[in-house]
Amino acid sequence: MSDLKEGLKEIVGVMRERFDADVYGFRDEASLVVKSDQIVEVCRTLRDEYEFEMLATLTAVDYWPEQTPRFHVVYRLRSLERNIIIGLRVLLEGNAPELPTVEGVYKNANWFERELWDMFGIHIEGHSDLRRILMPHDWEGHPLRKDYPLGYEEVQFTFNFDEIDLRKPYAKE
Amino acid sequence: MGVEQKLGNFGVVTVKLEDLINWGRYRSMYPLLMGIACCAIEMMSAQAAHYDMSRFGMELMRASPRQSDLMIVAGRVTRKMAPVLRRLYDQMPDPKWVLSMGDCASCSGVFNNYALVQGVDEVVPVDVYVAGCPPRPEALIHGIITVHEKVKGEKLKDWA
Repeated sequence: MSDLKEGLKEIVGVMRERFDADVYGFRDEASLVVKSDQIVEVCRTLRDEYEFEMLATLTAVDYWPEQTPRFHVVYRLRSLERNIIIGLRVLLEGNAPELPTVEGVYKNANWFERELWDMFGIHIEGHSDLRRILMPHDWEGHPLRKDYPLGYEEVQFTFNFDEIDLRKPYAKE
Repeated sequence: MGVEQKLGNFGVVTVKLEDLINWGRYRSMYPLLMGIACCAIEMMSAQAAHYDMSRFGMELMRASPRQSDLMIVAGRVTRKMAPVLRRLYDQMPDPKWVLSMGDCASCSGVFNNYALVQGVDEVVPVDVYVAGCPPRPEALIHGIITVHEKVKGEKLKDWA
């Protein structure tokens, strides 16, 4: 956190006071932890007053079962003028997590938030078109959660070839 | 002998009907222009000049399934893509053959997970499987020659 650029240090200081946020940092990166009801206002402030025009990415991380606010939703905003990237983190609980949409601030958040819904089950309030984007539309479950089963079928080696062959769903003509 | 003398150098050949029809089918089998993932690169290079597929009569790949005979499933097929693949297979007119190219199409390769179809034979009936990740163009051509051998061995009573 000590190697922050001057511009970023100043912005982090101002944001931390205004929104009462914690700061995670590592070398020359800084990340503010905000609450889920503040996130739209924080994004709008950063976009309008500090020229962070671009939402570079919006993803989530699932820290189950190690940490209790299970989901950390990560926003990374870029300022092209000043060449700074700032991170924002929102901590969400595991049962029925909800988040307001930042689609009004950054248009490209539309698909990112659909991916959050599809892969993690984080419901986005105010989204114009919340449906699955990567999985088929009638899929059940949210694959990138840590409690979703890894792997899909039993591997078919030579010794169990015949028994698995009976169970495999072959196509009809 | 008598016929030759009357009609000049008029060659006459007698052949079995099933051999003739199988010859016509395997000597000009048009593949479907559909490369799904990385195996498509090897399929393209098998079609290109160095490992030529046009010497087998597969001069060009038809983009429309209505005009093609052989579907080479080249690459990983996701669960979302599987109904599309089935629809392409259904749109191909009989007689049609399917060649499953690469490990991901045959058995989903390294990807044993929720997103991919575990072997494309869950979706379409496959005639020949080609192993490899990706199979070299020579391996793909060997697979195609195996399809040709299979067609050569088809019998009249099966399609009449």
